[in-house]
Amino acid sequence: MITIIDYGLGNVFAFSNIINSLNYDFNIAKNEKDLELSDKIILPGVGSFDWAMQKLNESKMRDKLDDLVLNKKIPVLGVCVGMQIMFDNSEEGNSDGLSWIKGTVKKFKNFDNNYSVPHIGWNDVKIQKSTNLFNGINDPQFYFLHSYYVNPLSPECIVGITDYGINFPCVINHRNIFGTQFHPEKSHAWGLSLIDNFVRI
Amino acid sequence: MLLVSNNELIKTINFQGRTYIGDPMNAVRIFNEKEADELVIADIEASLFNKAPNLELIYNLAKECRMPLCYAGGVNNIKTAEKIISLGVEKLAIGTAAINNINFINEVSQRIGSQSVVVVLDVKKNSNNRYTIYSKNGSVDCDLDPVKFAKSVEEAGAGEILLNSIDNDGMMNGYDIEITKLIKSVINIPMTVVGGAGNISHFQETINKFGPIGLGAGSFFVFKGKLKAVLINYPNSELKRTISYKNQN
Repeated sequence: MITIIDYGLGNVFAFSNIINSLNYDFNIAKNEKDLELSDKIILPGVGSFDWAMQKLNESKMRDKLDDLVLNKKIPVLGVCVGMQIMFDNSEEGNSDGLSWIKGTVKKFKNFDNNYSVPHIGWNDVKIQKSTNLFNGINDPQFYFLHSYYVNPLSPECIVGITDYGINFPCVINHRNIFGTQFHPEKSHAWGLSLIDNFVRI
Repeated sequence: MLLVSNNELIKTINFQGRTYIGDPMNAVRIFNEKEADELVIADIEASLFNKAPNLELIYNLAKECRMPLCYAGGVNNIKTAEKIISLGVEKLAIGTAAINNINFINEVSQRIGSQSVVVVLDVKKNSNNRYTIYSKNGSVDCDLDPVKFAKSVEEAGAGEILLNSIDNDGMMNGYDIEITKLIKSVINIPMTVVGGAGNISHFQETINKFGPIGLGAGSFFVFKGKLKAVLINYPNSELKRTISYKNQN
């Protein structure tokens, strides 16, 4: 069962609508009980790091998620701040992250007016390593909306990068853990394909 | 940029009048198919009549929308802001509430992140031929200098400025380049202009002058032809690719 985590922020319904249209079974998890049958997890996110961690902790799903992801090794896809909270901490806030992946989250520096911060809009993704997430996706472009980017301790988990003044990691993968900085649920056909690919993993 | 009044899509000219366009859900489906870059839905009655945002409508639109969605209209407290984001909206555009209390921008951007906080500047030239900001859907002259205000909202944590020209709204004769230049020269955060786009050349001209800038349009995407027949349309990807910023340096 694909489970979309509803912890109070992120496009839960956009994801559910897409997965529904792809004819897969799914449920939306608001509490620990809802996670019982999960074999794949989507962790959406729109918002600030501290707020996301606060909401996730308040949802009381944190412990079960840790178990599913770290022990049972269930595939999980984190999106935007949903991916960022998988790391240790962020320059955006004071909270500790989930520490599912070692690394930090950094803020874009304001280079010049060609690269205003936040990074808002559509941008290209350059795939660095082959991954099932991008099967059949040509010329990938996705929607970005963020001021911070992930900085994994281990470069091996960087699957895709995007140029925004600097080349920053926009797709990461460490074992069963996947993350995208962009919003596949709001990136038309490219996003649809990526979500479909994740569900098939 | 789509305007909603009483759950119907409408268009205005200089923020006046109401031409019926159609059903918002239908419009979202069409823009999905046309792969529009982004959608702004503005409830123009909310701040005018002190109405709370229509959460049911927002929920339905967000669920259907395959592109990034920005909601504007009556967002004036943190709980409402959080609620709307939780419905699946990427950004909130705040106008009147920012004018009434700029601290609200600090609060909301700390909570949901600057990337999701757009501040709308509805600008018009007053009787002294000076640009000023209007609130409550263009009905109240706030006698505020847009340039100073733009800087202060940036400092307060806004992630984007949406510059809306009341003078050019619905006229389809091009963007208000003068005010765009004034604002763009003092801010570092991204900016989108709206009000006046009437054909593709307006997009290219604006990018040529200002480099990376968001280009918003309402009338241009809902009307067709001299008689302004209602027809929802959007440039296809080939056409979009031709509109690009060529760095002259």
